[in-house]
Amino acid sequence: MSDKNFMTLQFASRSENEAFARVAVAAFVSQLDPTMNELTDIKTVVSEAVTNSIIHGYNNRFDGVITISTQIEDDIIHITVEDNGQGIEDLEQAKQPLYTSKPELERSGMGFTIMENFMDEVEVVTAVGIGTKIKMLKRIESKKALYN
Amino acid sequence: MLSLQIEFEQGRRALIVRLRGELDHHTADIVKARMEEAIAKEDIRHLILSLKDLSFMDSSGLGVILGRYKQITSKGGKMVVCDVSPAVHRLFELSGLFKIVSIQDNERSAISSLEVAL
Repeated sequence: MSDKNFMTLQFASRSENEAFARVAVAAFVSQLDPTMNELTDIKTVVSEAVTNSIIHGYNNRFDGVITISTQIEDDIIHITVEDNGQGIEDLEQAKQPLYTSKPELERSGMGFTIMENFMDEVEVVTAVGIGTKIKMLKRIESKKALYN
Repeated sequence: MLSLQIEFEQGRRALIVRLRGELDHHTADIVKARMEEAIAKEDIRHLILSLKDLSFMDSSGLGVILGRYKQITSKGGKMVVCDVSPAVHRLFELSGLFKIVSIQDNERSAISSLEVAL
């Protein structure tokens, strides 16, 4: 038996919305009864993806739009974070641990590495001048037994 | 109100900085500015960063911590981080930060680790 649920959030590319975004997604997925660690992982990756959109996608402009779609189905959480910003020119380079295109801002260059480590699957679709979409998937361990 | 508070305490051997709340891109700028200013003072040699009441941190926090590590080591000082949650520890491991920054259980052991090192 499949049990689907979803929600969509849209908000301005302002850094004060980073906390809102991660807390909102965490509140939505908490109906799957994730562990504290799983919830922290999800909050962290949402924070990373939204921060990337604000800093890199929109170059810290306030008027960009960020859309988060979350879907839960059985024991799986799908999270998509999308912007209509400038896109990523060299995705492979951007994904390298410790690489940052903005070293003057004291960025750690760990955003993609964290997303890839904390989630089961991460897919990035990007086009220069059009935007970036990050699709992530995580299985909630406590639910696995119920559905397998 | 900002979702992060910073507390400074000038110890005998080190400046103790306590972060309370959530350290992300939004709060990173103010943490950077205030810590940078405090560390730049002449009498500051070592730095103890206490994360006991830090409820959230992401890669923006790693950037700020790495930046302060560079700042204090360029003055010839040491940086010790204490009361690190498992979540923050995992970020330290992923980034390799735990290899260069000394991590202690609490402020007391952080202070004594600096005394032994002197």
